Amino acid sequence: MTDTLVPWDDVLAAYDPALGLEVHVELNTHTKMFCGCPAVFGGEPNTQVCPTCLGLPGAMPVVNGKAVESAIRIGLALNCEIAEWCRFARKNYFYPDMPKNFQTSQYDEPICFEGWIDVEVEGETFRVEIERAHMEEDTGKSLHVGGATGRIHGADYSLVDYNRAGIPLIEIVTKPIMGAGAKAPAVARAYVSQLRDLILALGVSEARMDQGNLRADVNLSLAPKGTGGLGTRTETKNVNSFRSVERAVRYEMQRHAAVLDAGGAIFQETRHWHEDTGVTTAGRAKSDADDYRYFPEPDLVPVAPSREWVEELRGTLPENPVERRARLQSDWGYTDLEMRDVVASGVLVPIEETVAAGASPQAARKWWSSELARRANDAGVDVVDLGVSPAQVAAVQALVDAGTVNDKLARQVFDGLIAGEGTPEEIVAARGLAVVSDDGALGAAVDAAIAANPDVADKIRDGKVAAAGALIGAVMKEMRGQADAARVRELVLEKLT
Amino acid sequence: MPEISRDEVAHLADLARIDLDDAELDHLAPQLSVILESVASISGVAGDDVPPTSHPMPLTNVFREDVVTPSLTAEQALSGAPASDQQRFMVPRILGDEQ
Repeated sequence: MTDTLVPWDDVLAAYDPALGLEVHVELNTHTKMFCGCPAVFGGEPNTQVCPTCLGLPGAMPVVNGKAVESAIRIGLALNCEIAEWCRFARKNYFYPDMPKNFQTSQYDEPICFEGWIDVEVEGETFRVEIERAHMEEDTGKSLHVGGATGRIHGADYSLVDYNRAGIPLIEIVTKPIMGAGAKAPAVARAYVSQLRDLILALGVSEARMDQGNLRADVNLSLAPKGTGGLGTRTETKNVNSFRSVERAVRYEMQRHAAVLDAGGAIFQETRHWHEDTGVTTAGRAKSDADDYRYFPEPDLVPVAPSREWVEELRGTLPENPVERRARLQSDWGYTDLEMRDVVASGVLVPIEETVAAGASPQAARKWWSSELARRANDAGVDVVDLGVSPAQVAAVQALVDAGTVNDKLARQVFDGLIAGEGTPEEIVAARGLAVVSDDGALGAAVDAAIAANPDVADKIRDGKVAAAGALIGAVMKEMRGQADAARVRELVLEKLT
Repeated sequence: MPEISRDEVAHLADLARIDLDDAELDHLAPQLSVILESVASISGVAGDDVPPTSHPMPLTNVFREDVVTPSLTAEQALSGAPASDQQRFMVPRILGDEQ
């Protein structure tokens, strides 16, 4: 079924959106939240499990102190209050992704609460208020085996791997974000993108959306314009790229408006985001089954971070994002517009890492903000998921600086990097991309170009040096872009003046 | 005094995926009321100066070092499973969403 969508401008004319974002951050601790099993990605199924994370009878959880430390640092970076005393709670539900039949989470006593973060969108600053950030554990991964695809004909069952069950998660929940209007999709994207930058600066998570280290749920509702109210919301789950966050908000705004315009009502439900088609579909409606019967976890004692500890952790915080952006802009000499583009395309951290790896700020910006951002957009992925690392970008630029390749050839090196063909040096060798600066080969091509363009050659002999461009172009064309343009120019002038 | 209705027992049974018939509901609802009343008598003993607690030990901040300890092997982990396939726990397919 295809949803009816209202044209974007009509949505804005009639409604005010309210946004809410829930972001789950998987911490990069060595071990799980409540047991010593390794918390790394990609092990063989059910090899990183123990009686505690399998919920076997009698197993006793113990809190990972490092995860509490990370939770507090995230909270402080989000300008939150840190609870003086809080507890874990059991969230009871029946779904096989948790073998215990409950998830150990926090309920009415989150460790971090009442914070904010300023996000920049197209030069405008939006303050996003944080309701809470609490500690919980990740769930296992289910593989659904349907009738048609099952190994046993007609089989209909699920297979569960609990390696991920128990990995520490921090869930960060915003208050409703009102007043963003037409910028609501961009604000949602900017919030998740700038939150990711903050998480990376804190060093508490790998924060890769494509691997599920950072997962966003998008809550959206519409209210009639100017009423200042809150409509019924839908929650679109597991939107796993910045780009999809933006698209999902826009789609839900247009879909809600169509339902409301037709005199219908929005039901509170979860929605599934479909990356390929860019639409959401109905999931589970809120029901009696959402009574999770939370109660304080009796197997764990309360967490009561001392104020001394909190202040000590405050001292470990990275620079705040607004000051950091201002400092980097000044260090790198970017214009306001350039900096805005860099922030909007989510390449601040990659550029910083590329500069740290030796590239100039302008070169790093050129590759990330235009070349790679464009390719990511064409491929429908986030630029950080393109498969090109900051160190590789710096290495490509080093080849440009050394004269081994020019910008045009460098783009072909990026083709190779994205295709996984090896290091930049290997790609240059394998694809035969090196610039020719050997005078023998270049001299022959220059002679041929002069012979083929006697009129141009005469102009240069007469002192019209600007005409050299035509001959350089001819040589570059002949050599399929692999000539050292500066040396070609020297040779042309040497031969004709 | 807390009183638990038959409807509330039916709701709780539903949440806990316990299938109770009418006779069982009639039988259990009064019993649960008695249990709640008995527990509630503690409120009479505890004064306003006694905060509710969820743990018998007056401890806080019991933390573990972030150091890996040995896990089970997949074979051990799956040994208690009624069914397994592809080194994973096999469960009846549950239609609906993850939580």
